[in-house]
Amino acid sequence: MRGHFPLKMAVGATAIMLLVAGCGGGGDDSGDEPFVASIGIGEPQHLIPSNTTESNGAEVLAALFTPLVDFDANNNPVLVAAESIETQDNKVWTIKLKDGFTFHNGEKVTADNYINAWNHAAYGPNGMGGSYFFERIEGYDALNPQDPDGEDGPQKAPTPATNKLSGLAKVDDLTFTVTLKEPFSGWRSVMGYTVFYPLPNAAWASEGVLKEDFEEAPIGNGPFKMKGKWEHDSKIEVEKYDAYPGEKPKVDGILYKIYQDQKAQYADLSSGALDVVTSIPIENLASAPTDLGDRFKKSPNSVFQFVGFPTFLPQYSKVEVRKAISMAINRKEITDTIFRGSQAPATSFVSPAVAGYRENSCGEACTFDPVKAKALYEQAGGPKQIKITYNADGGHKAWVDATCNQLKTNLGVDCVGVGEPKFADLLTKLEKKEDVGLIRLGWIMDYPLMENYLGPLYSTNGSSNYYGYSNPEFDNLLKLGSAAPTPEEAIKYWQQAEDILARDMPVIPLRLGQNVYGHSERVKNVEVDRFSKVDLLKLEPAS
Amino acid sequence: MFRYFVRRVLQGVLTFFGATFIVYALMFANQTDPLQALAGERPLPDNVRQALTERYHLDDPFIVQYGHYMRGLLTGDFGVSLTNRKISEMMSQAWPVTIRLAVLAMIIAVMISVTAGIISGIRRGGPFDTVTLVITLILLALPIVVLAPLAQLLFGIQLKWFPATAGADPGLFQLILPAAVLASLVIATEIRVTRASVAENLRADYVRTARAKGLSKRRVIGIHVLRNSLIPVVTLIGLDLGNLMAGAIVTEGVFNIPGVGFNLFRGIRTEDGPLVVGFVSILVIVFIVVNLVVDLLYAVLDPRIRYE
Repeated sequence: MRGHFPLKMAVGATAIMLLVAGCGGGGDDSGDEPFVASIGIGEPQHLIPSNTTESNGAEVLAALFTPLVDFDANNNPVLVAAESIETQDNKVWTIKLKDGFTFHNGEKVTADNYINAWNHAAYGPNGMGGSYFFERIEGYDALNPQDPDGEDGPQKAPTPATNKLSGLAKVDDLTFTVTLKEPFSGWRSVMGYTVFYPLPNAAWASEGVLKEDFEEAPIGNGPFKMKGKWEHDSKIEVEKYDAYPGEKPKVDGILYKIYQDQKAQYADLSSGALDVVTSIPIENLASAPTDLGDRFKKSPNSVFQFVGFPTFLPQYSKVEVRKAISMAINRKEITDTIFRGSQAPATSFVSPAVAGYRENSCGEACTFDPVKAKALYEQAGGPKQIKITYNADGGHKAWVDATCNQLKTNLGVDCVGVGEPKFADLLTKLEKKEDVGLIRLGWIMDYPLMENYLGPLYSTNGSSNYYGYSNPEFDNLLKLGSAAPTPEEAIKYWQQAEDILARDMPVIPLRLGQNVYGHSERVKNVEVDRFSKVDLLKLEPAS
Repeated sequence: MFRYFVRRVLQGVLTFFGATFIVYALMFANQTDPLQALAGERPLPDNVRQALTERYHLDDPFIVQYGHYMRGLLTGDFGVSLTNRKISEMMSQAWPVTIRLAVLAMIIAVMISVTAGIISGIRRGGPFDTVTLVITLILLALPIVVLAPLAQLLFGIQLKWFPATAGADPGLFQLILPAAVLASLVIATEIRVTRASVAENLRADYVRTARAKGLSKRRVIGIHVLRNSLIPVVTLIGLDLGNLMAGAIVTEGVFNIPGVGFNLFRGIRTEDGPLVVGFVSILVIVFIVVNLVVDLLYAVLDPRIRYE
């Protein structure tokens, strides 16, 4: 018995030593193990570039694809996949691609990949959600014939005679030209948007027809490639693409975990099961700064929140009335108390995310002054009751009610917030010209140009000009800006156009969006950009 | 018995068609503009609207759309969602995880509520009965929208006993917390029904007879009382199983489980008729089958009940 004891001890000691050694070895190995950072997103609608206009899909595609241009800190375009983008007249643009880029299946990226992808995107019957970005290119109308008797009529739109944009022409394997309908100095920036990514030959089932399962595992030209397939409602995993010629990412892979609810994302971040949450929900903002410490961060994004005055409502037709309402709103109080600093007061008609933004271009009309507001409102004979209509599924009730309370106190009027179930219901009411009062709206930019705010929101034919504002002078200045020979001159015209908005007050600017995000202790250098995307090239393991 | 079974199945078929028709009609009536709902606040260009309207037959009249849908359904084709995903695929992902969740919740609920119900039924007015009464009162008063995040915060984030969320393909361990939360929906009522039923049966004549015969207490309660007391409880459990599947919207949202509740919520939010009707038709079948099983179980529990 006695003799056995030391032997046991020796065995035990060896075992412990082996264990320790094993642990040490494991520690060394972990340096070689791929480092995968996880980012929380919602389920993307699509992963075809030209059909991706929502942020979840765009976030994933940004890992898989490299754009022609990206943007620097001052929102000016910098070349990425393009070697040069040149133009003499802002109408014909020659794009030369960098040599050496390949798709993840090994195919070389050529001019054809862009031309084919863009033709497919612009072809009306394909129903791609981002097709309208190609509107400026010559030949777009031939691909999108008008329905002869309008949308509701019995006749259907004729099938287009061609499926190729006449404005796209190949020069050689790495060069192609884009001819626009009208000169547009900002075209270089437009091409940075998601819908302008190229598609490999492997994407096509036949000419102009995408493979049905392409979006289950998209093949791109970006720094990361798909690892496995898109697991719907669960996850999308990407890994470093070794043959990527551009700047290499510092992480080996990204796991996009799909959540239905942002609060669940935050719960996983708090328990250490998720590395990056790009948008912390308001409910968690009270505790997040203490929970996360210096891992709780903020950065500006391009969101612009405002309310518009439908022009068919006579009670708001006087500019003094609109101005008085705007002056009676204490923006700071709302961003501080309701949004807990996750949004900032807006006092301009465009977001600071674009070059040419000026602080407080709205001037006095966006400065809180209840006394003056009340005097102005009474003098102009504003309506006794103000109504603000919003979509109830977007979490807008709290601030609309708060705004209403401010208007009640400061203008001495009655004010009600009316929630429509969905945004589409609000639009239906607008179409029928019902008395909806003020309408809540928001805008996220697609490419960083002032024009991307001014055009869709305030021009007569603007796609999101739901309130019907129309001023020929404004339209003209916008057009002059778009046709200006240089971006600097364009900005000058656009700023003049913005000054007209400050005079006319078609909308009340309310708030600017901010990315309020957080990350785990596993990662560092987490930056969320103006498009609310994580900067994947900067993201680093913490140790 | 067999004739009864056939009759019930035929009734079930009728119920199935009636229910899907009504749900489809309701979704159709509720539809304002599903394409805009999908695009959110973005403008929807006319050409895109045209192409998608044709693809999903959105401009057809109700009967034609319903016809398209039923033709597909009867050949086993559930159609595609508005994001162009096969609904059959979505279902094959969602149903297994929700069934796992609901069954686990059911097991937790039955174990707790039948045990607690019997004990408090036997010792009415005792300390255990009183404590249970208070706890069930609290459970009844707490809505699941409060309970689920609270449980997540406490057991998932602060104590770290369980993972904070379960995900798309959860194991048993990951499902325990959400299942327990879901079970709390039905535990309170089940305890009370069991308790009342046991208490009533304890006073029944046949129990007195059994005691008079000199049977052991264990046998009196285990065989005579329990078997007779379970009839109302089994009915309740059967109904609850369906409720648990349909009512998992909040739990699945909080614990990030992409199951049936989540898909129903998504379908309703995006006005996606085929998606909602697909899931509801399976839910209808679940309800029909479960209720049939419950009715057949009566006969097993109570020999006096005969079906002809």
